[in-house]
Order: sequence, then C-alpha cells, then structure tokens
Amino acid sequence: MGSSTVLPAIIFLPLVGAAAIALIAPSRSTVLKPVAVATSAATGALTLWLMAAFDKHDGGFQFTQFAEWIDSAGISWHVGVDGISLFLVVLTGLLFPIAIVACDPPHDAKAYYIWMLVLETGCLGVFLALDLVLFFLFFEIVLIPMYFLIGSWGHENRKYAATKFFLFTMLGSALMLVGMLVLALLTARETGNAVTFNVLELANSAGELPTITARWIFLSFVLAFAVKVPLFPVHTWLPDAHTEAPTAGSVILAGVLLKLGTYGLVRFGLYLFPEASRYFAPLLFTLGVIGILYGAVVATMQRDLKRLVAYSSVAHLGFIVLGIFSINTEGIEGGLLQMVNHGLSTGALFLLVGFIYERRHTRQISEMIGLQKAAPVLAAVFTVVMLSSVGLPGLNGFVGEFLILAGAFVAHRWWAVVAAAGVILAALYLLWAYQRVFHGTPDDTNRSMPDLNWQEKLVMAPLVGLIVFLGVYPKPVIERMEPAVNALIEHMEEVEGFESPTVDDRPEGSFEELRTLKSDYGDEGEGH
Amino acid sequence: MLSVFAQADIPDIQWLPLIPHLVMAGAAVVLLTVVSLAGNRLPGWFASAWTVAAGLGVLATAIPVWLRVDQEGPSSTIAGSIGVDQFSVFIIVVLACTVILTALVADGFLHRESLDAPAFYVLLMLSAAGGITMASANNLIVLFLGLEILSLAVYVLVAMHLRRAESQEAGIKYFVLGAFASAFLLYGIALVYGATGSLNLIDIEGILRGDELGDNGLLLAGMAMLLVGFGFKVAAVPFHAWTPDVYQGAPSPVVSYMAAGVKAAGFAALLRVFFAGFGPVADDWQPVIFGLAIASLAVGSMLAIVQNDVKRILAYSSISHAGFILVGVQAATDDGVASVLFYLAAYAAMAIGSFAVVTVVSGPGDEGTGLDSLRGLATRRPLLAAGFTVLLLSQAGIPFTAGFWAKFEVITAAVDARSFWLAVIAMLAAVVAAFLYLRIVVAMFLDAPDPDAPRLRIPRGPALAITIVVLFTLAFGIYPEPLLNLANDAFLLITFTAPH
Repeated sequence: MGSSTVLPAIIFLPLVGAAAIALIAPSRSTVLKPVAVATSAATGALTLWLMAAFDKHDGGFQFTQFAEWIDSAGISWHVGVDGISLFLVVLTGLLFPIAIVACDPPHDAKAYYIWMLVLETGCLGVFLALDLVLFFLFFEIVLIPMYFLIGSWGHENRKYAATKFFLFTMLGSALMLVGMLVLALLTARETGNAVTFNVLELANSAGELPTITARWIFLSFVLAFAVKVPLFPVHTWLPDAHTEAPTAGSVILAGVLLKLGTYGLVRFGLYLFPEASRYFAPLLFTLGVIGILYGAVVATMQRDLKRLVAYSSVAHLGFIVLGIFSINTEGIEGGLLQMVNHGLSTGALFLLVGFIYERRHTRQISEMIGLQKAAPVLAAVFTVVMLSSVGLPGLNGFVGEFLILAGAFVAHRWWAVVAAAGVILAALYLLWAYQRVFHGTPDDTNRSMPDLNWQEKLVMAPLVGLIVFLGVYPKPVIERMEPAVNALIEHMEEVEGFESPTVDDRPEGSFEELRTLKSDYGDEGEGH
Repeated sequence: MLSVFAQADIPDIQWLPLIPHLVMAGAAVVLLTVVSLAGNRLPGWFASAWTVAAGLGVLATAIPVWLRVDQEGPSSTIAGSIGVDQFSVFIIVVLACTVILTALVADGFLHRESLDAPAFYVLLMLSAAGGITMASANNLIVLFLGLEILSLAVYVLVAMHLRRAESQEAGIKYFVLGAFASAFLLYGIALVYGATGSLNLIDIEGILRGDELGDNGLLLAGMAMLLVGFGFKVAAVPFHAWTPDVYQGAPSPVVSYMAAGVKAAGFAALLRVFFAGFGPVADDWQPVIFGLAIASLAVGSMLAIVQNDVKRILAYSSISHAGFILVGVQAATDDGVASVLFYLAAYAAMAIGSFAVVTVVSGPGDEGTGLDSLRGLATRRPLLAAGFTVLLLSQAGIPFTAGFWAKFEVITAAVDARSFWLAVIAMLAAVVAAFLYLRIVVAMFLDAPDPDAPRLRIPRGPALAITIVVLFTLAFGIYPEPLLNLANDAFLLITFTAPH
C-alpha cells in the first residue's frame, strides 16, 4: 500500500472541527453542538471506511504516510494502521460522536466541545503513530484536554481528581521519554546508523541492544503504560478521575484512554522488546491477575455506582494485560478484542450511570431502588450492557475473555485458573449492584424517574447493537486482527529465537478442544 | 574612519563582530545623553521605542557576523580577548530579543507606576551590553568586566521601584550577595592565573591540554570559586537563596529580564569558561555540575510547591530550569552546548511571557502577585489566560510547545553522554514542577473569579510581547527544526585565528 492521506485526514479532522468551533461567535452558541457532532461523526465515518478498505490478509501496516519532520533529531511524521490498531481507531471514531451526542455540558459549551475534539485528535494520533516521538507527543498531549474536561465540567472533587490524573500519567511518561532516548541513541550506536525513532526500524534492530539495557528500557516503557492502563498498584488515579469526570469524560476515559496503555504494551512493549517482554511477562500477568481480583473485590464494596464501574475497569484491564502477556495468538487476540469490548460495554455503562445521575442527582446505590419499574427501557439496556461486562456467552465480553483465558491457560495455567475466578466475582458485583438499584419496590423519589428519551435511546442503540453483534459474530474483527498478531509473534520469535507456546504444542494434547472450540466459534458465526 | 584606527598602534581588530556590542552600549549612552538634554520635551514612548530599535539594530548587525563565521570559521579579536563565534552570536540574539521584549513589557508598567522611564531603559541596555561582553569574552578579565557591567545595572534596576520597600530590600540583598559572588569569581580568576599563568581562555585551554594540571590544587580551587560566581548568576542551588526574595521584590519587568537575559549571559559565560576553557579537565568539573544540577532540580521544584506568590513560584521554577540547563552543561559535548542554547532561547520566551502576565495582573503598586490575583482569570481575560497557559505548559515541558523540545534536547544530550540517572532525576523533577504550573492553571481556570476584582487593563506593549512569545513557543513547539539547526550550528570553539 502506498502513501495515503486518509490517516492524516482522520487524525486532523477533529482538530479542524475544534478550530471551527473556536471561531464561532458567542451569539451563535446553538450551532456549537451540531458542528461538534458533525465533525466527530465524519471522523467516525472515515474510520468505518478505513475498516472497509482495510486488506484483511495483510499483517503489515497499511495506509502508511511518511514525511520528514525534525530531521536533525531523526523524528518523522510516520503513520500507519494494522490489524492491531484498526479496531481501536474505529472504536475511537464511534465513541466520540456517541459521547458528544449523549451529554450536553452545563456551562462553557464552546470550550467543552473544543477539548473533546482535541482529545479525539490526540487519541487517534496515539493509535496511528509509527514514530516513537510522534507517539509520545500524542500520548502526552491527551492529558491536557482530559485535564480540563475533568477539572472544568466534573463533579465536586474535580480539581483533586484532575491534578492526580495529570501527575500520575505524567510521572509514567517522564521516565518513558528517557527510555525512548536511550533506546534510539544506543540502537544507533550499535547499528552504526543515524538516530531514528521510526518504530519499524527500531523493531528490526530490536535484538541489537544488550539484554540488560533493553530490559531497563522496557521497564521505563511499561511504567508509562501501566499507569495509563492502569495496572495494580498504580491504578489509584482511576477511581477518582472516572468518578469526578463528567459523563462524556468517563466514557472516553474508560473507552479510549485506558486503551492507550494496553495498546502501548502491545505496540511498543512486545514489538520493540521481544526478549524483555518475555522476561518480565510473569511479573506483568501476575499484576494483571492481582488487578482482576483486587478490582473485583473493591468494586463489590463500593457504595457509589460510578465508582463501582470504575473499579470494574481495573479488573477488566487486568484481563487484557493477562492476555497480552500470554504472548500467544489467542491471548493477544483476546486482549485486543477485549479492548474493543471493554470500550463498548464500560462506555455504555458510564453513559447509563450518567443518565441515572441526571435524573436522580445521586450516584449512591443505597438511594436508588426499584428503578426497573420506573424506567423499564433503561433497565433493559442496563441488563444487556451489564451482562456483556460480566462475560455472558452470546455477548461480546465472553468472546474476549474466553480467548484470553485460552491463551493464558496455555501459557500459565494456574494464573488462568485464578483469573477465571475473577469472572465469577464480576458477576457477583455487577448483578448485586443491579439487584439493589433496579429490583424492589421504588419509593416516591425513585418512582417518578423518567425513562430514556429518544435521544438517549438513539445513543445506546449502536452500542447495544455492537455488543450483541460482536458476541454472536466476532469473525470480521478477529480475521482482521489475526494476520497482524501472527506477524507480531513471528517477529518476536525471529528476533530472539523463542517459540511462543501454542495450543498445538502441548504434550498432553488436552487443550486440543480449546482450539477446536475457538474455530467452532468462528464457524458458528459464519453460519449466521 | 577605519583607516585612522588602522594607523594607530593597537592590536588587530575585526570591527564587524564588535558592532553588536557597540550598538547596544552606544544606544544606552546616546539615550542617556538625549534624555538629559531634551528632558520632558520627548514623548512618553520615546525611550521604549528607542530601546526596541536598539535591540533590532543588534539583531540586524548580528546576522552578518553569523554569516561570516559560517564561512570563515571562529576566530578572536582584540588580542584574543573577544571571541568571534556563532555561539556568542546566538546568545547576543537571545539577549537582544530579551531587551526588545522587556522594553515592550516595561512600557505600560512604568507609566502605571509613574517611575522615571529613561533610566530604566538606559540601565537595561547597559546591562545587556555587559551580557554581550560576557557571552563573547575569551579573556577572564574581559569576562569579569562584562559580568560587572551586567550586574551593577541590574542591582539598580531591582531597586528601581522607589515607593516599594520590598524593591529596595531586594536591591540591597541582591547587591550584597552579588558583590560577594563577584569577589569569589575574581579570586577564582586570580587562582586560575596562578595555576596556568594566563588569563586568556585559549591559552588556558592549550596549557591544560598539554600539561597534567588536573590535580593542581590552585587550579581546582580556582575552578570551584568560578563556579560559585557563575552559580550565583544563574541561580543554581546552593547559590540560589537570593532568587525568591529578589524576584518577588523587584519590579516585574526587571524580573523578566533577569530570568531570561541574566541567566542566558550567565550560562554563556559558564560554558565559555568551563566547556571551552577548562574542557581538557572536564573530568574535574563535571561531577560538581552534576551535583549542582540535581540540587537545583530538586530544591527548585519542591520548594516551588509550597509557595503562594506567583513571582516566588516562578522564581523557584527558574531555579529548577537552571538545573535542567546544567544537565545539558554537564554532558560537556557539542550536543550539550546546542541543547543549552536551545533551552535558553525557549526559556527566555517562557520567562518573559510569564512575568509579563504577572506585570499585567499585579495591578497598581505591583502588589497583586499572590496566587489569588489569578483566580478566575479565564473568565475575566480568556485570551490572557490562554496565553499564560501555553507558557506554563511550555515550562512544564508538554508536547507541541518549545519547552518540550528544550527538555527533549537536554535529556538527549545527557543520555548521549551516558548520564542516565541524571536524565531520570531531571524528568522526575519535571513532574514535580508540573504540579506547580497546574496550581496556577487551576487558579486561572477552575477557581471562581473574585467578584470585586477590578477590570484588568492590558496595555499594548505587554500584549504585543505576550503574543510574540506565545507564537514563538507554539511555532517552535510544532516545528522546532529551524531553531534546533541554529543551536546545532552555534559551535563553541575558541581559537585565535580562523582555521583554514
């Protein structure tokens, strides 16, 4: 695939929209939202076109564009998309218009829409950048709009949450900057080439660095991503940020921003540091499993519905990390798929919690009872989304968790067993919360709560539709991911002559059925 | 004119590279004469316009010097005491821009405070002339002269606000401590002379390269004392104690100049003496700079957090920036020098802009410099708040600002010199420092404005200056290549004649 301008168009279209909004006169504030919706919807349409035009048999980067930028430092404008980033781009393209349509800011609408669109540009840039510095620039700049979104439109404790979010994330990436420079400079010294931050070239010379050095650099990268994911024990910013953020902020934070971390682990962890990834894999999936259990237990204890959803993210992201560091096709695919699933289901959950908050002005579980009677449609949608988050077969969450557990089981059996217990805990806290909020006889305040209006139904429709569709027929997603994931595994094996554990290699052969089950699943889907 | 000098019995002089020096110093003297003669008949804007013109004149005359060195290579003039190199031209340009922008900021301020305007501009230009001499001195005595011209003018500028006791106090404090530091510097020069037998940096470099003087006690003591003197000028810990008090007490536009100009001149002299002159014994002084850098980074960023006065916050942050620049100095490589130059240019823009905002916001009497005075600035003056935010984010090193590339270059130089831990500590300090910039942003955007706050008037001069530095910060944040190339070209190489 030659040079293409579709990716820059996707990245910069929201920024153009933000500039347009900035120029709208204060007297014409009614056009602010239409412009923001139109821009983000157009970006979403472009990402859908990208998915349609994507060559599903190609495991490499497509639609790449390269231009020299800061030549003296070896930094270039280099973007491209592969099966790993494709669906995160599409997810971003979908969630932003939904979040913008769903929630109106109570004040300062102009600044709000500008920050939302700048945030979209930042997120898309992170997923599409193929130059390490370019990636870092987008990765860092995302902080600014999110900081202002939480700080200006958040709830009571917003200043604290915004500052904590900013500093935690910046702490992670500060060390990553040093790691990046060490990587580029030492690689240039080892290979004798000019300094470059081109990810493809760095990956090609990934085996050149001394093992110990590469491990240190890997750790500096992992810290940055672990904060963003967030992995236990650097997750403490997340509950505050999610709870205090305005609804749209929470949706984007959970749906897209957390994926910057897990995406980074795959693209810049596994891809650039095959040996170090394998060396530190036990540490990382152990932290992932701790996150699964810890997130679930803490979520169970929450009295605040939004905080509960926030902690459920810690558990879900633990699953994704477990999948990624199984370092086999099933695990990584499952992790990637689960990133999309988590974006859809947790995004939807935050929207629903936001809808409830707008009506009841509380997030306390104890103050809500019997909402099912007052708002049956809301309850029904909540049920579907919650079950997807729990991982009920037939909905999207199941497919991802299943693949992750399949991959993890092969790689590290007992961790998979423990993680599977996390699935049960997820059912526990979510169902219990549902029971407390929606079941029972509503008291006077809860009885009068209005149901979803047409706009809110419209917003939830695509999310619920995708949750069901991906649960029944995940093949279109998986088949586009598979070549890229296989290419990644091959690259890792090539660099250090390491064989990834696969289902077929197991001497017992007792996991044969996993492989069969998985392909059955795809075939079953084809039948529809 | 030239032929008259050529016949006299004086050392060979290249006049072209001296023109920027003469323009800056001459403009000050001429302005002093004109205002003494013309008195009140001159319009109010005259002195500031004159200063801007002088700054532009220096810029214009610096370009041919740059081009000539580009072709012929670096050399020296006046018996090897003034260096003709692109490094000094770069600093001269930074100083000239600082003078122009400070003059713009001061314009409205001096009116508001009804202070004697022409003296301010005369001292500003004299001080910059001293800075230019410091930046190009290849002789320790010439360097000392430059430093004293720069400092004496700044002592007076700091105490300029006659009706504010804080300003007087700051002036005395800065003068006493500054004189002390100058004494250290002079004693250091004497000791270095004792050890090497020369005051000329080119000779000293040659002697150190040839002889094993690395463990010579006189030389080591001399270098240590020189470091004390320079450390004071650039506000590095532990020679920083004056900074918060003086920054808080001095008139705000003067602080603009001190943070941008005096720091640039101080670092230029530091690099000339240590990187170029004492380059062969870099192993002796690198560890000391390493320690100064860590101390400045840690103390600057941590003490800034507990301050409640914007000028004090920015004073401590300037200490932390000095630490960052020292990280580039510590690398002791050409890349390190280039990163320092880039950082100085980027920091000059941020510092002038930030203190210009403080000047505008502080109100009559220059009193309102508390964090409270910025509350709700985003509602009262959205554009001013947005501009200040850009400058603060640049100071924090957020991408797409010049400040990011400044940190990027410095850390690159440190990593390239294998000072990995210094790079890590510097970045950690940057995170701590980010907190204090966020505090200011929180005050501007997230706090409700004081309903009784008077309407803020933004005079044209500061508005123009802030616009220029914000555009500079953003433009070189998005495309830093031109400035990076200039900094990379500005080699610091001291030599008597151009190598052919």
